[in-house]
Amino acid sequence: MSRAPGGGKGAATASALSVQAVQPSEGPELVQLLTPEGERVEHPDYSLDLDEEAYRGLYRDLVMVRRIDTEATALQRQGELGLWASLLGQEAAQVGAGRSLTERDFAFPTYREHGVAYCKGVDPVTLLGLFRGVNQGGWNPRDKGFQLYTIVIGSQTLHATGYAMGIQRDGADGAAMAFFGDGASSQGDVNEAFVWASVFQAPIVFFCQNNQWAISEPLERQSRIPLYQRARGFGFPGVRVDGNDVLAVRAVTEAALERAREGSGPTLIEAFTYRMGPHTTSDDPTRYRLAAELETWKLKDPIERMKAYLSRSGMGNGEFFDQVDKAADELAAHIRAGCLALADPDPITLFDHVYAGGSSLLDEEREQLATYLASFEAAR
Amino acid sequence: MATLTLGKALNEGLRKSLEDDSKVIIMGEDVGRLGGVFRVTDGLQKDFGEDRVIDTPLAESGIIGTAVGLAIRGFRPVCEIQFDGFVFPAFDQIVSQVAKMHYRSAGHVKLPITIRIPYGGGIGAVEHHSESPESYFCHTPGLKVVTCSNPVDAYWMIQQTVANDDPVVFFEPKRRYWDKADVDTVTASRELWDAAVVRSGTDATVITYGPSVKTCLEAAAAAETEGRSLEVVDLRALSPIDWPTVIDSVTKTQHAIVVCEAPTYASLSSEIAARVSEKCFFSLEAPVFRVTGFSTPYPTSRIEEDYLPDLDRILDAVDRSLAY
Repeated sequence: MSRAPGGGKGAATASALSVQAVQPSEGPELVQLLTPEGERVEHPDYSLDLDEEAYRGLYRDLVMVRRIDTEATALQRQGELGLWASLLGQEAAQVGAGRSLTERDFAFPTYREHGVAYCKGVDPVTLLGLFRGVNQGGWNPRDKGFQLYTIVIGSQTLHATGYAMGIQRDGADGAAMAFFGDGASSQGDVNEAFVWASVFQAPIVFFCQNNQWAISEPLERQSRIPLYQRARGFGFPGVRVDGNDVLAVRAVTEAALERAREGSGPTLIEAFTYRMGPHTTSDDPTRYRLAAELETWKLKDPIERMKAYLSRSGMGNGEFFDQVDKAADELAAHIRAGCLALADPDPITLFDHVYAGGSSLLDEEREQLATYLASFEAAR
Repeated sequence: MATLTLGKALNEGLRKSLEDDSKVIIMGEDVGRLGGVFRVTDGLQKDFGEDRVIDTPLAESGIIGTAVGLAIRGFRPVCEIQFDGFVFPAFDQIVSQVAKMHYRSAGHVKLPITIRIPYGGGIGAVEHHSESPESYFCHTPGLKVVTCSNPVDAYWMIQQTVANDDPVVFFEPKRRYWDKADVDTVTASRELWDAAVVRSGTDATVITYGPSVKTCLEAAAAAETEGRSLEVVDLRALSPIDWPTVIDSVTKTQHAIVVCEAPTYASLSSEIAARVSEKCFFSLEAPVFRVTGFSTPYPTSRIEEDYLPDLDRILDAVDRSLAY
């Protein structure tokens, strides 16, 4: 038994203070449509019936998204990006959710939702500016229904809730989807978002990717109950889905979105998955977790199980898999070329867009910097 | 022309904003059925409905955070923070999200959010109900900050703020809510960002804003009986400040005194003193003096009059400046 600092006043006290494991991942409450071995299984509440092309499309998405991630990681290691937040291992969670979203729906991501961005039609190169340091996002969220990345943990869940309240007020069809992680579930903003979404019955889906680790802190440091069960206390349903099973994620997410759009209020989805890489390229997970854990999760790889399913069912063959790999290589080449073409901004642009209506103070400072910079030109 | 209290002028201004733009919504704690603890939103929910005048859950970060989402959707939220000391749970959303969104999005996302905050002391309240937190927001790039001092400005400035495309923190001088004046509801007094010379004078400039404007005008009237002519500048906009109006006045009088309720140290009054010293260096006959709240937490109500700038402290500073 591990003891919290200052524990040990007696067995009962020590037990109350210690970090206890939350419920295990496997069990009746985990929605799964595809086993880690790639075997199709049924679930009493959720089903998915796609045509062959759609199944192949999901596999293709998974491969493409992983390729975005590996290419960006390589670009960071080569010094072309200052930082990268890898989604390795979370491809199925993101593709399952991302492909459930339609043009009517608006996604509010963290900084790790590269797969959702891809499914929403955002060019991966667009995502790199932030990590290269040439902008702070800078895309128009309305173009694809994909809000800027949010780095402060949990803030975007309130934005998503407000957006959903706006959909309600417009009498429009559509829903918002808020992405966040297991660590964020401890944030006040996330809990406030749950309260607001619940009392206003806002058309929103809370999509929590429980990847088990908030940098170095395990789930046990955030919760003593499974995260999806939190929803009940706020007055809306929660469901835990196998986050490495793209079919199950898609089925669960589509149902939740439909529920939101028809006016039945929010749903919390806990996509149970694993962050296979470091928190970001600046992190060293060997300091806080065991390699054996990683090995266990490798056996649940989201791409391998989908590949096995396609092969077994005859929907995919070697030729198809080769085509997908080739397309992924082309995407990687596009990302690399696009990244290298992202030029440093002109220093004077640092004053741009602070205000929509400008500012006399900034006008003065801009002029001062311009004069200062020009003095070097004059000295040449 | 109508005779209105400052609180009622805000109410009428908000009503006009709701009428003029169907995307304007009001949200906050107790703003609907109750009409706000100061009745600033009185009657608005009845006339504009629960979808536009929203009684929210009791969570300030939630009020601002959901306003961000509503603004992204195309709405123009007017958020009420019930009291100055209750804004801090929303501080993260205001400083990290509201203030930066337009910048981070390279101008794609406008957040036309008004954050109304009743502020300042002098009403005999318990702690957290009398603070002047304006410096935090003036210090934050991406926010604009304004405050009204009288019913005319209250009526027009709230409408101009709501119609503005940038996020604006709108400070309301709560102890002046009951002050009355004739309000021209047809023609705006001036632009939102302009300071106003509310009393002309020749001997010294008193730079002030919000609840302290009235105190400074009273001090100027008292000084006149002693043969001293004080010019009073009401800043109105606290970020950005209308520097030309301030600098013109100080250049003329050659003496500057800054008056506000907020603590002095590292504050808006510090910025004014520094900027006036820099811009009016060759005109000044004395250092810029500041008459402000002390660098303590806001004190208990029985001694708040000793904390707040009053006539005597203002006139004492004028004496010291002129004798320098």
